[in-house]
Amino acid sequence: MVEGLACVRSERELFRDLSFRLGSGAALVLRGPNGAGKSSLLRVLAGLLPAAGGRVLWDGVDTTDRPGTFHRALCYVGHQDALKPTMTVAENLGFWAGLGGGGEVAPALRALGLAALASLPTGILSAGQRRRLNLARLVAAPSRLWLLDEPTVTLDSGALDRLTDLVRRHRDGGGIVVAATHADWNIGACDRLDLGAGP
Amino acid sequence: MTGAFLAIVGRDLRLAFRRGGDTGSVVAFFVITVTLFPFGVGPEPNLIARIAPGVLWVAALLAATLSLDRLFRADHEDGSLDLLALSPLPLEVLVLAKTLAHWLATGVPLLVATPLLALLLNLPLQGWGVLLAALALGTPSLSLLGAIGAALTLGVRRGGVLVALLVLPLAVPVLIFGVAAVDAALMGLPATTPLMALGGLLLAALVLAPWAAAAGVRLSLES
Amino acid sequence: MSWWHRLASPTRFMSYSAWVLPIAGWLAAGCIGVGLALGLFASPADYQQGETVRIMYVHVPAAWMALFCYSAMAASSAGYLIWKQPLAELATRATAPVGACFTAIALVSGSLWGQPMWGTWWVWDARLTSALVLFFLYLGYMALAEAFDDPTRGGKAASILALVGFVNVPIVKFSVDWWNTLHQPASVVKLDGPAIDPAMLVPLLLMAAGFTFYAVAVVILRLRAMVLERKIQALQRQLAEAR
Repeated sequence: MVEGLACVRSERELFRDLSFRLGSGAALVLRGPNGAGKSSLLRVLAGLLPAAGGRVLWDGVDTTDRPGTFHRALCYVGHQDALKPTMTVAENLGFWAGLGGGGEVAPALRALGLAALASLPTGILSAGQRRRLNLARLVAAPSRLWLLDEPTVTLDSGALDRLTDLVRRHRDGGGIVVAATHADWNIGACDRLDLGAGP
Repeated sequence: MTGAFLAIVGRDLRLAFRRGGDTGSVVAFFVITVTLFPFGVGPEPNLIARIAPGVLWVAALLAATLSLDRLFRADHEDGSLDLLALSPLPLEVLVLAKTLAHWLATGVPLLVATPLLALLLNLPLQGWGVLLAALALGTPSLSLLGAIGAALTLGVRRGGVLVALLVLPLAVPVLIFGVAAVDAALMGLPATTPLMALGGLLLAALVLAPWAAAAGVRLSLES
Repeated sequence: MSWWHRLASPTRFMSYSAWVLPIAGWLAAGCIGVGLALGLFASPADYQQGETVRIMYVHVPAAWMALFCYSAMAASSAGYLIWKQPLAELATRATAPVGACFTAIALVSGSLWGQPMWGTWWVWDARLTSALVLFFLYLGYMALAEAFDDPTRGGKAASILALVGFVNVPIVKFSVDWWNTLHQPASVVKLDGPAIDPAMLVPLLLMAAGFTFYAVAVVILRLRAMVLERKIQALQRQLAEAR
């Protein structure tokens, strides 16, 4: 649940008094032109960026009060893939999954069609494959809240179908998704939030 | 929490040794800097032996500073720092894990290279034990102080020189007590006082540095 | 809102600082003028150091101010990091060059004083060495504060550094003292003895007061300029968005 959230970047106000509530199985799609504050909103929700006003509540508790609990329930997929080229695909995923309290790497790689690449160094992967590996964290370290920043960029249609399927199953299991996207991405019934081009 | 701490240390060490260049270039810089001094002051063995403790310490300090730039920067640039900050681990502990890995990957190799250089500089044998002890106590402090500089300069273009400018004045006490310990041993005096002072500095750095570096990292996430 | 928050709001600051600035400026000019006159002409020469002792009237207050400014920076940095008070960050930034200048004056005047006393321009005396490290800390602060494209981030990072440096200053002082006694026997003449003639003390204190007022005046002046600069930037941004 979000209450009266505001964000100021470089002394420019991106949004103000933003309030919404997401229940089990809900999805929120953030729309808007570049620079409207989609990424910033996701970073504020994750707690990476301090809110200029308002607060983010998780299970009724302010997320800044108990960051550890909130972080365990959260998986954030940002613009950057956070992959080390000298580590293998399995090592990269294993490290992040282990840190997030997750477990099995192999099923996650299978779920995104990367199983055959597991022992290869990440440096040789294409942009689309790297993005899929980043998204594999969602499966490897299960968490209730997914924050996705332009997850569909560089994905081919096959991979896009896999991701859409993952999101659907996540929501069926009671998970929550907040995704920023400017492409048309059909993830079923969802709330929409249009962030304008600023004041 | 211990598991996650060790996982980060292990990952950073693995990255450092896979790339190899980091550790190698730090040790090479250390060796080359030390060997420059005899060219500067002349080959007279007694003079070189006299300045050896200071030369070794200054070179170790510069070598440690040189490697700091990458401590958080690589993770900052590829987005890993975001995910690390979102792990259940407190940021202070995370900074400590990364600093420990940095020390293991650069400080320890410096220690290993030191006896060879002590030999080249004719450092009398009675000073070797204390020199290694002092470096073992002092280099972790340098890594911790360096972590502050590295974290605060995240997001600055060409932060490398700036890190040195921030860190070197803070490192003066470590340098003073480090050299004093070796000098005392060479004069046949007990080196306990400066070694204890180095230990005290390490404790102070352990308290202060994770807080300051975590604050710097938190700041870098805001951009 | 606490009194401190009201005091620190930029609008309030602009109104009361307009009053404080000339007062501090004139007090500084008066104190320094009288202090210099007393110190250079009315006070007696030292029986040991002769006329060179008059350097003290600049050197000692400058050294005090060097430490005072750094302490003030640490205090306002803490105020900024704890209470998120933007004016406190600007105040730290405004104080830094003033403090650095006082440190430089202390170093140069100390060196000028050392020449006749020790026969050399620079001695690795414990005080001079600590002051030199303090000067480096000032340089580091200013370099970091200016290094970011976004001034807010530079201010935050530099505030953390100022606090770290402040904790480090006594440690540096202690280690340098210790190092100095280790290497030099206590033959170095102490710059100021414990007992001081009232005829010397009065101009010394006047100069110290004058330097403090000067620092206050310059910091306020710089702060006003910074607040106005932010206002101009905000207006320019509005203009750019209106187009």
